[in-house]
Amino acid sequence: MEKFSKVSSTAIPLDRANVDTDQIVPKQFLKLVQRTGFGKFLFYDWRFDQDGKQKPDFVLNDPTYSDSHILLAGENFGSGSSREHAAWALKDYGLDVIIAPSFADIFYNNCFKNGILPISLPGNLVDDLMQTKSAIEVDLESQTIRYDSRTIPFAIDEGRKKTLLEGLDDIAVTLQYEDRITSYEKSHAL
Amino acid sequence: MNITEKLLAKAGGKSSVAPGDIVFANVDKVMIHDVSGPGVIKVFDKLKKEGTISVEKLWDPSKVWVAEDHFVPSAEKISAENIMKLTKFTKQYGIEKHFKYGMGQYGICHTLSHEEALVLPGEIYVGGDSHTNTTGALGAFACGLGHTDVAYVLLNGKIWFKVPETLYFKLNGKLPENVMAKDFILKIIGDIGNDGAAYAAMQFGGSGVSDMSVESRLTLCNMTTEAGAKNGIVEPDQKLFDYLAARGATNYSPVYGDSDAQYQKVYEYEASELEPLVAKPFSPENIAVVRDVSGIELDKSYIGSCTGAKYEDLEAAAKILKGRKVKIRTEILPAAISIYKRAMENGLLKIFLDAGATVGPPTCGACCGAHMGVLAKDEICISTTNRNFPGRMGHVESQTYLSSPLVAAASAVTGKITDPRDL
Repeated sequence: MEKFSKVSSTAIPLDRANVDTDQIVPKQFLKLVQRTGFGKFLFYDWRFDQDGKQKPDFVLNDPTYSDSHILLAGENFGSGSSREHAAWALKDYGLDVIIAPSFADIFYNNCFKNGILPISLPGNLVDDLMQTKSAIEVDLESQTIRYDSRTIPFAIDEGRKKTLLEGLDDIAVTLQYEDRITSYEKSHAL
Repeated sequence: MNITEKLLAKAGGKSSVAPGDIVFANVDKVMIHDVSGPGVIKVFDKLKKEGTISVEKLWDPSKVWVAEDHFVPSAEKISAENIMKLTKFTKQYGIEKHFKYGMGQYGICHTLSHEEALVLPGEIYVGGDSHTNTTGALGAFACGLGHTDVAYVLLNGKIWFKVPETLYFKLNGKLPENVMAKDFILKIIGDIGNDGAAYAAMQFGGSGVSDMSVESRLTLCNMTTEAGAKNGIVEPDQKLFDYLAARGATNYSPVYGDSDAQYQKVYEYEASELEPLVAKPFSPENIAVVRDVSGIELDKSYIGSCTGAKYEDLEAAAKILKGRKVKIRTEILPAAISIYKRAMENGLLKIFLDAGATVGPPTCGACCGAHMGVLAKDEICISTTNRNFPGRMGHVESQTYLSSPLVAAASAVTGKITDPRDL
């Protein structure tokens, strides 16, 4: 996984609560398992009409946000199915940060496995962020979000922060201790 | 400690834990299916390519089982190829419990977990599917994981958990006739909301739950996922032990909560006050009393899925459909071959066919909108499944009402949303 440090871009205001993984990646794409290329299926039924044409009124199709790496959403983002395809699609689309008042548990975990930083902020702060058109800077190292002249701190578990900063997933983190695991196993052989 | 805390303490080798603690738990059973399996295989391929970790062997193939459920029978070649991939994987890693479509017992993964007694009281069970929570009704800690986490467990046999807070739902008294466990869990989700139990355990108890069959308890735990719960759970009792014994499982160590167990919150319900409910489009929390929405015209009734096609669900539907005819397209898909067979032996299939319904093979099929009876634009369906998000069962402008099998069957007979008491 790539190392995560700072992200600076406009942020897509997806002002909906309970965005579930069926909306993030509709079921017809679940049988595909390559991790890359899922971006084109992201929010498929919201982005495209039946003929595969972009729906101009959907926020992701607004050219203002064509270079955005940050998504803003309502509470309980990522509820529903455990499909990791949801995280793959967001990442592949180019989204590195998701900011919402709350996240569904399995989805939240899947984000860290795929280099996405999910940030929980109080609803009023997310609402404020949705109002701005200017660039937002998310700095993981200092755990701050900067935009206009404001600075908002955010909380994140230390271990998770480390895995993102170093570009490790859980398996890679465990492997850092392989020598110690091996020596422990040798000294505790049955 | 309550039962969830005790299960996690035991699995993490700790004498005591409290909500918020992190435990590194030994896992007893793992499940993958034809959506999460290929995802896990992809993670393995990536690890292999990186060459930093050996993926030659699983931690314990005897503790792993594989279901084919979401995309069987294969409607096109990608699904068929995923099944081939799974087959190659199970052969390569020596996984013997692979329930294959077209080869005896197979069915929806969560249904197999109880029909085949694959998970036992006292165990830690994880699966690559969000409704893995279902199996907590067997007195186990059961929860869903993403593909990477499942891959990790397959290689290491362990995973970390944060001990969840527990919400306790106490049901006093016996459910009235024509009211099912599905109505109770819909009521709860309506009360607490889609994220009302986010990262919490939902435990069910009280005389009403003791009185319930194991299958009804499975329905309760199944839809804890729709309230955002980490897991659903019911304390084991003699009814469960008998259920498991009938499936050949007698050797396990049940875990119970202590008499002074703590809960974050206790919710009490009087069974006598419950009545048939539906979840209206487009959310499981969007609850209405059936009699308040009766008369809504339907195009289809769907009786299927891990939530609503266990044997007792089919029995409930048969009770209504016996001697009657359906007025709308009605599809009944038993959740596993064992259930299908019992339904055949006991005459349920004949009742369904005589009523004009179609009986299909076990599959997640239309519940997840994959195939086998998906909805067209503007179609309205009543369904015994667990989710009704936009497009869940087909076209994004179709509508699904979630209900018990009794309500789905009664509605099939009239072609409108119908309370079984009003037939």
